[in-house]
Amino acid sequence: MSGKQAQAAGGLLSAAFRASLPVLLGYTTIGLAFGLVLVGSGLPWWLSPLMAVFVYAGAAQFMGVGLLAAGTGPAEIGLLTLLMNARHAVYGLSLLERFRKAGAVKPYLVFGLTDETYGLLTTVAPPEGADGIRFCALVTALDQAYWVAGCAAGALLGRALPFDTSGLDFALTALFVVLLVEQLRSVRRAEPYLVAVLAAAAARLLASPRDFLLVSLALAIGGLALLRGRLEGPAGGSGRKPGSGGPGARTEAPAAEAGPEGAAR
Amino acid sequence: MSRVLLSVLVMALVTLFTRAAPFLFFSRRRPPAFLDYLQRYIPPVVMSLLVLASFKDIDFAAAPHGLPALAGAALTALLHGWKRNVLLSIGGGTALYMLLIRLV
Repeated sequence: MSGKQAQAAGGLLSAAFRASLPVLLGYTTIGLAFGLVLVGSGLPWWLSPLMAVFVYAGAAQFMGVGLLAAGTGPAEIGLLTLLMNARHAVYGLSLLERFRKAGAVKPYLVFGLTDETYGLLTTVAPPEGADGIRFCALVTALDQAYWVAGCAAGALLGRALPFDTSGLDFALTALFVVLLVEQLRSVRRAEPYLVAVLAAAAARLLASPRDFLLVSLALAIGGLALLRGRLEGPAGGSGRKPGSGGPGARTEAPAAEAGPEGAAR
Repeated sequence: MSRVLLSVLVMALVTLFTRAAPFLFFSRRRPPAFLDYLQRYIPPVVMSLLVLASFKDIDFAAAPHGLPALAGAALTALLHGWKRNVLLSIGGGTALYMLLIRLV
């Protein structure tokens, strides 16, 4: 590598670092809380960095720790992870074009597509004249490094200082409340929320506490299927009513455009 | 322990699958209309259910009637509606909850 190339690579790394700064604080602190919660629920500390490296999904990791501590089986954990992370499938739809020529780093870019990384990649532009894909890969890798560091530090801290962390697991509930507020901002239709409340009430009556999430989700998806005509509006023909309450402008528009038109270009 | 490791492996594969699905299936064609419909409304449903699931084991009939959790969740929602800063919302709500379960 010549001096000039090294300088360019260094410049790209520092640009990626500056872009990733908002995630640095968030991932280290939430990762720290995750590690503390994991150790507090009686699981071995090394599971925290292990999950940060291989699972790398904040909300799903928190949910998984709760389920593991409650003795839930792998099949049910897998199904719940699928539903919890189904939102990630939306992100990919809007990045199909951008990642098309990513080559060898594409699998990692796809693996690392968390909520926050998606947010950065779709809002921050790479520096003038730089390799856009390398920039994306650096941002993704930096984000994951922060997350792994936070998760490892939290677990080690929880093991070294067994202080009274009772109630810290409420951070998980608070995270879900935050995600719900974000949904309320972008999906401004009452039906999905009512469906969820009714499904939860039914599951509380019908199912054992351990099966609550699974049963309520199944009922809610059934409810959504029944409401399709109503939620998609009377137009029907196009199957999509612009601006009628899809999950936010930032995912809706690109998801709609990334289809065949994009591929044909 | 092997059960836990198996679960972590399953979580890793499933998470990767959710992120890779659009690249695997829809790089050449548009997703079917029903899937497109479901993916738009599953996030609000899942988030609502996860919040409700956090509250399902609370005994609202006995003191303190679920007050710490309700207050913690309310503060989280208010902070997030106001500042939209994830750390502040989660930190504030959790701190209030931890304080209340020690005092009430």
